[in-house]
Amino acid sequence: MRLGRLTMALATMAALAGPAMAQSPIKVGEINSYKVIPAFLEPYRKGWELAAEEINKSGGINGRPLEVISRDDNGAPGDAVRAAEELVSREGVALLTGGFLSHVGLAIADFAKQRKMPFIASEPLTDKLVWENGNAYTFRLRASTYMQVSMLVEEAVKLNKKRWALVYPNYEYGQSAIASFKLLMADRQPGVEFVVEQAPPLNRIDAGSVAQAVADAKPDAIFNVTFGADLQKFVREGTTRGLFKDMTVLSVLGGEPEYLDPLRDEAPVGWIVTGYPWYAIDTPEHKAFLAAYQAKFNDYPRLGSVVGYAAMISVGEALRKAKSTDPEAIVAATKGLKHSTPFGPITYREIDHQSTMGAYVGRIGLKDGKGVMVDWRYEPGERHLPSDDVVKKLRPQ
Amino acid sequence: MIASFLIQTLNGLASASLLFLVALGLTLIFGVTRVVNFAHGSFFMLGAYLAVSFHGFVGGGVLGFWGGALFAALAVGVVGAVAELTILRRIYRAPELLQLITTFGIVLLLKDVVLYTWGPEDILGPRAPGLTGAVWIFGKPFPQYDLLLLVLGPLIGLSVWLLLTRTDWGTRVRAATEDRDMAAALGINQALMFTGVFALGALLAGLAGALALPREPANHNMDLTIIADVFVVTVVGGLGSLPGAYVAAVIISVVKAWCIGIGDVRLFGMAFSFSKLTLVAEFIVMAIVLIIRPWGLFGTPQSPQRVSAASILPMPVPDVKRLWPLALVALALLMLPLLADRFTVVLATDIIIFALFAASLGLIMGLGGMASFGHAAYFGAGAYAAAVAFKAGAPFFVAVPAGVAFAGALAMLFGWFCVRLSGVSLAMLTLAFAQITWAIAFQWDSVTGGSNGLVGIWPPDLLSGKTAYYFATLLLAGAAILIIWRSAHAPLGYLMRAARDSRIRAEAVGVDVRIIQWRAIILAGAAAGLAGALYVFSKGSLSPDSLSIPRSVDALAMVLIGGVQTLVGPVVGAAVFMLLQDWIVRATPYWHAVLGITLILITIIFPQGIVGTLRQWRQRREGGP
Repeated sequence: MRLGRLTMALATMAALAGPAMAQSPIKVGEINSYKVIPAFLEPYRKGWELAAEEINKSGGINGRPLEVISRDDNGAPGDAVRAAEELVSREGVALLTGGFLSHVGLAIADFAKQRKMPFIASEPLTDKLVWENGNAYTFRLRASTYMQVSMLVEEAVKLNKKRWALVYPNYEYGQSAIASFKLLMADRQPGVEFVVEQAPPLNRIDAGSVAQAVADAKPDAIFNVTFGADLQKFVREGTTRGLFKDMTVLSVLGGEPEYLDPLRDEAPVGWIVTGYPWYAIDTPEHKAFLAAYQAKFNDYPRLGSVVGYAAMISVGEALRKAKSTDPEAIVAATKGLKHSTPFGPITYREIDHQSTMGAYVGRIGLKDGKGVMVDWRYEPGERHLPSDDVVKKLRPQ
Repeated sequence: MIASFLIQTLNGLASASLLFLVALGLTLIFGVTRVVNFAHGSFFMLGAYLAVSFHGFVGGGVLGFWGGALFAALAVGVVGAVAELTILRRIYRAPELLQLITTFGIVLLLKDVVLYTWGPEDILGPRAPGLTGAVWIFGKPFPQYDLLLLVLGPLIGLSVWLLLTRTDWGTRVRAATEDRDMAAALGINQALMFTGVFALGALLAGLAGALALPREPANHNMDLTIIADVFVVTVVGGLGSLPGAYVAAVIISVVKAWCIGIGDVRLFGMAFSFSKLTLVAEFIVMAIVLIIRPWGLFGTPQSPQRVSAASILPMPVPDVKRLWPLALVALALLMLPLLADRFTVVLATDIIIFALFAASLGLIMGLGGMASFGHAAYFGAGAYAAAVAFKAGAPFFVAVPAGVAFAGALAMLFGWFCVRLSGVSLAMLTLAFAQITWAIAFQWDSVTGGSNGLVGIWPPDLLSGKTAYYFATLLLAGAAILIIWRSAHAPLGYLMRAARDSRIRAEAVGVDVRIIQWRAIILAGAAAGLAGALYVFSKGSLSPDSLSIPRSVDALAMVLIGGVQTLVGPVVGAAVFMLLQDWIVRATPYWHAVLGITLILITIIFPQGIVGTLRQWRQRREGGP
């Protein structure tokens, strides 16, 4: 990414003027599917650009500036692995970060294991990344599918509805969200029934037919995992067909600005969602982030911005703590690494390399003709992870 | 129950109308110009975005919505005309399917234009004024707008049909659809008609995009999600057939709606999800229709293209004295790890693997005249078989041959059906098979790892170094490429060319054309399987995208860029395509646009492919034929 590199180079040059940073930069490799998921990843890029700039302004990594080299993987694992190889062997990066799609994230993680190269995965949500396919070199920032579902299950149990309809995109993210939901619900609310399952292909939902099929099953509540354009289509069709009238709906990621804002005044009021109410969080960490982001980009942050920002802060803190670019030293430093993010303090757990970054849970409301999250609270990640025994069984030791 | 079923049927009919409008344009364009327009989905997307902007500019109400639809349709029509005049016009005489790559370039270009102009977020478009509610049918709510769509689709289809049957222009268009050369011989101005038809087709796609807005937000996936369905509709209905397109659109949309309506059922004690079947339902329909009726439901056999057949010259046996550049390349490849850095070696490994993949497609496309839109099926099958064998404990040296064998066996199965077809029908059947294979890999979690795929597939210690793996690839893939080249001048190659150039004469002298074509497909499938198996061990992981449409398009692009009627062309094409992509992706965030423009320029400058066109230039200079 020439623009990204240019900003980095400028930041580096500005920093070099100071006496403290007259050393060669530490290079970091960043890989993502910018062209495939632009709605999430363009804000994401801005997020890490801001973080890298802040790191370099505050003296860099132990006196050395941080240089981020970004690559586009075109949404293909093979391309991502080739890009990773190029970053490691030609650019000599100290560690890798990035990832959005689960299968791409898993491919980079496996490359990291093979090449013994630290990888801080930011966004891939698949549980396998740190559990079934977990490895010594891979860490993950974002609250995983399991954690997001667990947050909503707490709400679902409170509602005490018996007949549930399940709607999810037909790929790993949707499938594992539904598997976790069924498991956790059956455990906490014996007698719960799942009366209909609809698994449309990602980005190709026939929303009218799906809404009709869900309505025909006469559920008491709906658990929805679709997002993006699929979600918008489902909301419109379901609303027109009266499906959501007096219906309880739980929707994973539904409160993220990326997916909520395009709905404008058609946002489905009352849905219980995980998301990011950037307009209402008034912790000092978030206020500082919000001010810096708006000053730099003249735009409000999306969830992608926070994830990109926090990922680059993790990278900086890991390198700072490691005091070296030796891969093993970085891995050792990232284990148990604690630092502050716009969402509050997080820790990368030693047991499975999952960070404790949480998410916001709330209801969708309408304000000035726009969807917002109301009655929200922050759910810390550590509350929504299974016990250590379970994790040990899941993760190869 | 009955009510639900009827409502689902109505849902299907409403969706069918939009699909039909897009397919109508594509089928018109194909019928007259023989261009398989990959960019048709992009016109659909552009229509949606333009209508949203018009609505934002003018405001709501009747003018905002219906004015927007009209504006979008006309504007996209103009875009289509411009694309025809500036780009496609230059390559009508090129080998069939080259336009596919050119229009793929347009897809990439328009993707970035839309991203740059309208930003990354989805835009929820306006609803039709006065049609935002639902009416009660069979005791269930049904959107008013869908009811309108239900009628609007056939109505627009009818007006196009009247245009074609009741006007002079329409008569000429039909004449050209029937027999392009005869129409030209009778003095019909082809250039003007092609532009007109292209503009009309684009206009219909743009209109459909605008009309889709109440049901679908303007988003960046619209182009590629609809184009595959539209291809299916045009082929199932019969290429160039207007009523066929409608019937096919209805069949596919209604089948999908029913699948969703049926949901989960237990069949013979096993749970089966019809809702998940929507992933691939249209391709199953297409495979069945093509096997029973190769020309589609309402289609007739294509008239022969008199131009392109004559342009294929006999392939000369290579002159040994002219092979020195090949020896130089071989030497350079052997020396490469000494001279280049580690990443160059990795990139070169990838290029050699894709060179084999492209060469295998080149064999059946060039010599056999059998285009394949689904060659990734064999690549992915080889990769998956090798990976699954490796995961089951087989060592590398067993897993790779297992991949080759499985891909060859799959080619044997698919090929048996494919050799009964020809031309675009054959290509589309390969696409259907590839998509079905893809869907199996995508859904069969316990074996293929589902959408996540498989990881941890690395070569043994002996080959774990990048240089060692490079030499292993060079040896295996190089040998396979040499076999493919050699087969061109072996009996198989001669018989393939005979079957391609004159099937009747070949059969008259006792050639069993189908057996020959079948053998070629099996050879090509096994070679692609080797490429796939080598690929998975070089990357360590594998996912269903190794079987997907983009992977097949890559192979087509490599073959056509290099030169379909040359032996080295596909290999050169693979190298050029991979190097370009590697370089452009790193050079600019707008790499879609740059790569798209590059593809367009390459196809215009080198209509016979790089190798083919260079050869033509040399022959002209030397005063040859």
